[in-house]
Amino acid sequence: MTKLSLLAGAAMTALVSATAAQAEDTIKVGILHSLSGTMAISETTLKDAMLMLIEEQNKNGGLLGKQLEAVVVDPASDWPLFAEKARELLEVHEVAAVFGNWTSVSRKSVLPVFEELNGLLFYPVQYEGEESQRNVFYTGAAPNQQAIPAVDYLLENEGVERWVLAGTDYVYPRTTNKILEAYLKSLGVAEEDIMINYTPFGHSDWQTIVSDIKAFGSAGKKTAVVSTINGDANVPFYKELGNQGVSAEDIPVVAFSVGEEELAGLDTAPLVGHLAAWNYFMSVDTEENDEFIEAWHGFIGDEDRVTNDPMEAHYIGFNMWLKAVEKAGTTDADAVIDSIIGVSVPNLSGGFSAMMPNHHITKPVLVGEIQDDGQFDIVWETTGLVAGDAWSDYLPDSANLIADWRAPMSCGNFDVAKGQCGGVSQ
Amino acid sequence: MPLGFRAASFPKDRIMTRLTSLFAPILMLLALVTALPGAAATLEELMQRLPQGSYDDRAALVMEIAATGDERAVPLLEALGEGDLQELKSDGTLVRVVKEGKTYTAYDPLTGESLGEIGRRDGKKVKVNNGLRRAIRSALGIMTLRHPDPAKRLEAAEAAFKSGDPDQLEALDAALLAESDREVATVLGAARAVAMLNSDATEADQFEAVTTIAAMGNQDALGVLLPLAAGEGPVAEAAADAVADIERSQKVWGLAQNVWYGLSLGSVLMLAAIGLAITFGVMGVINMAHGELIMVGAYTTFVVQEFIRNTMPEMFGWSLLIAAPLAFLTAGAVGVAIERGIVRHLYGRPLETLLATWGVSLILQQTVRSIFGPNNREVGNPDWMSGAFELGQLTITYNRLWILVFSLIVFAGLLALLKRTPMGLQMRAVTQNRAMAADMGIRTGWVDAMTFGLGAGIAGLAGVALSQIDNVSPNLGQSYIVDSFMVVVFGGAGNLWGAFAGAFTLGVANKFLEPVAGAVLAKILVLVFIILFIQKRPRGLFALKGRAVEA
Repeated sequence: MTKLSLLAGAAMTALVSATAAQAEDTIKVGILHSLSGTMAISETTLKDAMLMLIEEQNKNGGLLGKQLEAVVVDPASDWPLFAEKARELLEVHEVAAVFGNWTSVSRKSVLPVFEELNGLLFYPVQYEGEESQRNVFYTGAAPNQQAIPAVDYLLENEGVERWVLAGTDYVYPRTTNKILEAYLKSLGVAEEDIMINYTPFGHSDWQTIVSDIKAFGSAGKKTAVVSTINGDANVPFYKELGNQGVSAEDIPVVAFSVGEEELAGLDTAPLVGHLAAWNYFMSVDTEENDEFIEAWHGFIGDEDRVTNDPMEAHYIGFNMWLKAVEKAGTTDADAVIDSIIGVSVPNLSGGFSAMMPNHHITKPVLVGEIQDDGQFDIVWETTGLVAGDAWSDYLPDSANLIADWRAPMSCGNFDVAKGQCGGVSQ
Repeated sequence: MPLGFRAASFPKDRIMTRLTSLFAPILMLLALVTALPGAAATLEELMQRLPQGSYDDRAALVMEIAATGDERAVPLLEALGEGDLQELKSDGTLVRVVKEGKTYTAYDPLTGESLGEIGRRDGKKVKVNNGLRRAIRSALGIMTLRHPDPAKRLEAAEAAFKSGDPDQLEALDAALLAESDREVATVLGAARAVAMLNSDATEADQFEAVTTIAAMGNQDALGVLLPLAAGEGPVAEAAADAVADIERSQKVWGLAQNVWYGLSLGSVLMLAAIGLAITFGVMGVINMAHGELIMVGAYTTFVVQEFIRNTMPEMFGWSLLIAAPLAFLTAGAVGVAIERGIVRHLYGRPLETLLATWGVSLILQQTVRSIFGPNNREVGNPDWMSGAFELGQLTITYNRLWILVFSLIVFAGLLALLKRTPMGLQMRAVTQNRAMAADMGIRTGWVDAMTFGLGAGIAGLAGVALSQIDNVSPNLGQSYIVDSFMVVVFGGAGNLWGAFAGAFTLGVANKFLEPVAGAVLAKILVLVFIILFIQKRPRGLFALKGRAVEA
């Protein structure tokens, strides 16, 4: 008995000292992306992109004189498991920062964990906004960095008067459509000129909806579809559009969740001219982007693999974190939260992105048209950078809210009208 | 300064651009008017200006190019519209670039003369957007109204209809006089009517135009008449009457359309479910990996298409016909392996079977993910599976039509196999009374494996069809497993006709509910309906009677 426990004790100490020794040599970076289940389709690429960024940084000498070490976990597209895996990363592996999540529901599930354990999360995907949390950095687009400029583009360049807001039935499309509806009405679009349609996840029979859209579009007014349709449902949707002969010249579809990666499973010839709004396209013509694509192809060993917007968001977020850590001289979460605000790093579209006090970043907004080779042709971009707005100005509940994580305010939902902080930030 | 970081949505900029876009047509006209008297700008000069300026300016430029009447402008505008026009970075020459394999060849956009090979990054694409493409189409429309090829003329007439530009009236009149093809003439007439309505023609002419358009009786006609009907005066009244007529007939066609969509959804449901009708319905095995067998079929199609693309691209049209038997065999083999390896040890223990096959489904998914990657794979539609045709006011897409036909063939084939072949006889014997069948000398184990393999093979066939309308990704199967069980349970386990009737009933019901209740609620309502139905008839629509039920 005693011998055994002694042995075990010795083994334990050996293990602890081994991890301690390792912890001194390396800085751990957590990667929290689903590698199995429904979301693996989108998230696996982001895991690879992170591994590539970490590998490159190590070649360039690491961080604070230490090498970076990636800790990859698989939350398997299971939302509660995200919280467990986040806890594992922070408590067991003691990572300095976590890069991860895709769906909003998975992000909501890990928020309490990051708050409780005071970790850092870099979230790379465009989302519905209405959130600013002390421990989270939103490197994807807020609605005013994607949805609203896209609608502006359609108004100005296509003269659209009638709007179909089509989305998958969950929080991101519902919130985004609520914002867009309020925005369109504020511009004087009539109630009957807006059609809102929701479909279940993975919807595959689009016949009725596409013919409804056609009918809605035949009222003699220019019509466009604003699509927040998510993931897998897009391919059958676009196939049906193509087959029923809805061309982009008649009824353009602008999508917020369709990028190069989603088009990779599709023959895009019938879709030429349909649009997407992002902060990055693979076709961006800059030196930084060329280098990034080359590095990606080299890392993944496949010339056909595409790059996309969330990958750029990780690229920006990772570099911001590196810079903030260097500035603070430590990976301590509180120090990084203070030092990262105002940090500015190059993005891939030829400019710089800066971290705002509301933990969102500045980005250019690009509108691209689908080409027959599965790439996007950039037809429009904002003249300057757009700062991410955590709380939409177009929703009555959030119009008065702002977020600022600098002392002395340090608040994620400060009510300007009442002059007080709303407390628990959601 | 927290307020300084609030989102900027540049209201000022927006108003400015809105104003410019308002004035754009006027500016465009001005540009045209000022350009006309001199008429000095040659096609070459105009062409050189194509890469510059805003999209609106360039749309005006396209009109100017068309106005030169120079025939060489047709290939130039076509190349621009296709996005093949590039500006050489070296000297700014405009060339049409054609990609063949990995090489890029430049051609003179006006004469079509080859200028030799260029590097991938030598040229900069002259960008086009939807607005510019529309301008090109209508410009090309005017230029090709007298093209010798009737298909081209039809395209031109349709473009003229869409643009509805009153300036085209003369050209349309001339083309209408010369037109010999009836179909083209009808569209030309409609285009002329739209142009007439947009011009300041006399009331009588406008009246006639409304009648012409009302006679089309379709959605396009509605698009023209609706704004007109909102106005005042006799023409508006005539338009309003026509709109009411069209809307009435569209309601009737709407019913027919719902039936068609329902049948089409039903055929997909049946394809997905019919394999399960054998494994679950006939054998009583709850096979949670059924969806993954469909996925295996879809990936087989992908592999076949990849092989054909790389070795003999001219055979692409046949790829689905080649893939079908291979998918049947692959999925069938996987099915037999599942049965021999796992399911046969668990007969009579439905809960364990459920768990085990669910595990198998996860294993299959992850295996495919490891081999093919987690992303969607592109399975192309052969030409005969793409596009649509009009039947009255119905738009029938070819892929849905062929899938319906395919599902009926599979169903008939399966029925014949079970009813008319010795193998079918043995299958039925074993499922009805295993002990007796064994006594008669039937190798029940072998028959079990074959039956399960058959169900799996049919799932593979379903995968070939589904690859044409859905994603080919490791998750493909998951979205169909619930639907499949729904169909089989509703139709009545153990009866192929049950699956048949169940699938089409659910399909049509779903499609009639969808326009009223929305896609999400429609699905819920169908599920609620099935739950209630099963309370009443626990064995489904076509319940098996007699001893087989107890077996």
